[in-house]
Amino acid sequence: MKRGATIAWLAFLFSVPLWMGDLYVLHVLIVTGIFIIAAMSLNLLLGYTGQLSLGHVAFFGIGAYVSSLVALGFEAHLLPGWLVRLEPKPVWLAMLCGIVFAGLSGWVIGKVSFKVRGAYFVIVTVSFAEVVRLVALNWVELTQGPMALNNIPPLRLGIPGLFELSFLRKPANYYLVLVVAVVSYMLIRRLVNSRAGRAMIALRENEPLANSVGVDVTRVLVLATMISAAMAGAAGALYAHYVRIVDPDVFLFIYTVTMVIMVIAGGKGTLAGPIVGGLIFGLLPEVLRALQIAPEVQWVVYGVLMILVVYFLPDGIVPAARGWWQRRREAPAAGAAPGSPTPEAAR
Amino acid sequence: MDQLLQHGLNALILGGTYALLGIGLTLIFGIMRVVNFTHGELYSFGAYMMFMWVMFAGVNFFLALVLAVVLGVALGAAIEFLLLRRLRGADIDTTMLVMIGAWIALQNAEQFAWSGVAKSIDNPFPSSPLVLGPVSVSWNRLFVFVVALVLIAGSYALINRTRLGKAMRATFQDRETASLMGVEIGFIHTATFALGSGLAAAAGALLGPVFVVYPTMGDLASLKAFAIVILGGLGSIPGATIGGFILAFMEELGAGYVSSGFRDGMGFLLIILILLVKPTGLFAQKERIG
Repeated sequence: MKRGATIAWLAFLFSVPLWMGDLYVLHVLIVTGIFIIAAMSLNLLLGYTGQLSLGHVAFFGIGAYVSSLVALGFEAHLLPGWLVRLEPKPVWLAMLCGIVFAGLSGWVIGKVSFKVRGAYFVIVTVSFAEVVRLVALNWVELTQGPMALNNIPPLRLGIPGLFELSFLRKPANYYLVLVVAVVSYMLIRRLVNSRAGRAMIALRENEPLANSVGVDVTRVLVLATMISAAMAGAAGALYAHYVRIVDPDVFLFIYTVTMVIMVIAGGKGTLAGPIVGGLIFGLLPEVLRALQIAPEVQWVVYGVLMILVVYFLPDGIVPAARGWWQRRREAPAAGAAPGSPTPEAAR
Repeated sequence: MDQLLQHGLNALILGGTYALLGIGLTLIFGIMRVVNFTHGELYSFGAYMMFMWVMFAGVNFFLALVLAVVLGVALGAAIEFLLLRRLRGADIDTTMLVMIGAWIALQNAEQFAWSGVAKSIDNPFPSSPLVLGPVSVSWNRLFVFVVALVLIAGSYALINRTRLGKAMRATFQDRETASLMGVEIGFIHTATFALGSGLAAAAGALLGPVFVVYPTMGDLASLKAFAIVILGGLGSIPGATIGGFILAFMEELGAGYVSSGFRDGMGFLLIILILLVKPTGLFAQKERIG
């Protein structure tokens, strides 16, 4: 039954480009999909280990920049007096470099900031994002600064001489993003149901207790940060090769906020949460734009929504809906009213 | 050598306002256990209030400064009363999310109200700088420094010499016991948040006329305040004061001798260094949080 629903959903998602003729709608769906991947990666940290990465856009942007630079090739002084020249590489290799590089930076950030607990991780990540933005803005020789990296090649896959697939058009990109999203989803599901995932949940619930039963807390946290950063880097690489231009604005804080809101509103620590939240907050700007609402007001609405969600749906939409559904099924005669979710249904 | 002296003087003057920012943030964290992401917004609120009173209403510069700080205190009290009061006892992540939401809402409301264009504020000081041997300083910056020092001294006096300050320190040490001794915790929280917000607004109102005023100016202020507070140890007021000056010196020397583009990255460098070398901060008083 449950498997059937999943297959139906997937079939629906895969069929979208077949009947959706409006390319703008497809574009919105692609960008939303990329952000959902990023939000899923954030959920791994925020939802399952309880650590808020407030600079997640740094990993996203690093993935985008590294992948674009490797694909375009560059010539720059990586250290004073050390000129490095790189010929353009195939895009799939470039994307892999972006993912690895983002993962490595996540590892370093985790190593440094998990020496102590509490607010430090949040503060380190938020200022890390700011510094990466400054580097992208000021290291003009490498990143072109505010002039941006242009003409980033789209992904091409295939066997030379036999066939080639170019991800230039929107339907192709839609399928690419969908496949990466499904793979990320399955990866996260495997991970949180594995030994490492149980360790993450254990330390989120009670760190000293998890420690006492032999969970190497710092190691698990660093591992989670690394995987999450690599996944955000993958989303960034997808983004770069889809829109084909990257400038320092990819590091804007507001994108991190979008990811956090997607996770919180959808339901942190649930697999479906970031998807539901991502769909809502990925499509909401388009609705607000259609209503001719100024972008500042839109962000004010986001901020207020975030506060309201914390007050009224502290576990997010998915657990609340699940709890409501469960109560409805258990007491159909009583006519259960929607209300706050039960703690058991939340996880 | 002259250049070094000039950088030193600039850093000293900047350090005063950084210390104000840091003290406000560390007070709020120490007493309320709230990671205050609206701190930078209070800073830009102070600057915008200065802009409004001086450039729109034509109020006297010094009166406008007082008004900006008073309004900052009022806004801080309102945030505490409306948003944080009902979250007392909630875990640190929950309040953090609420503060992030408030940050986004405040910043974009500011952008909507004043547009994204950077604004400058006239000041009544003579435009020729005060020359002291090899170095020079503008009268406006000198004024900023003096007021910052007065406010820092005032905060110390308030915390160490008054009844309210004693209640704050008691709450900092042990909330439950302080409550049992008849300290009104709710009032202390409002007062703390209002005081910290007032200090941030004062820093913004002082620096607004020196630099320009723009909606996202608070983000950097927040980041710097966090760096200062981590440097000094979360919750330590002397740590925040000294941390403010250390960060100002690092930025000024980094901008002067390394690259001015990375001036604002110094705070991050400082955080990383501190976390690597002495994660508890230079002046930690209590156990770590979390």
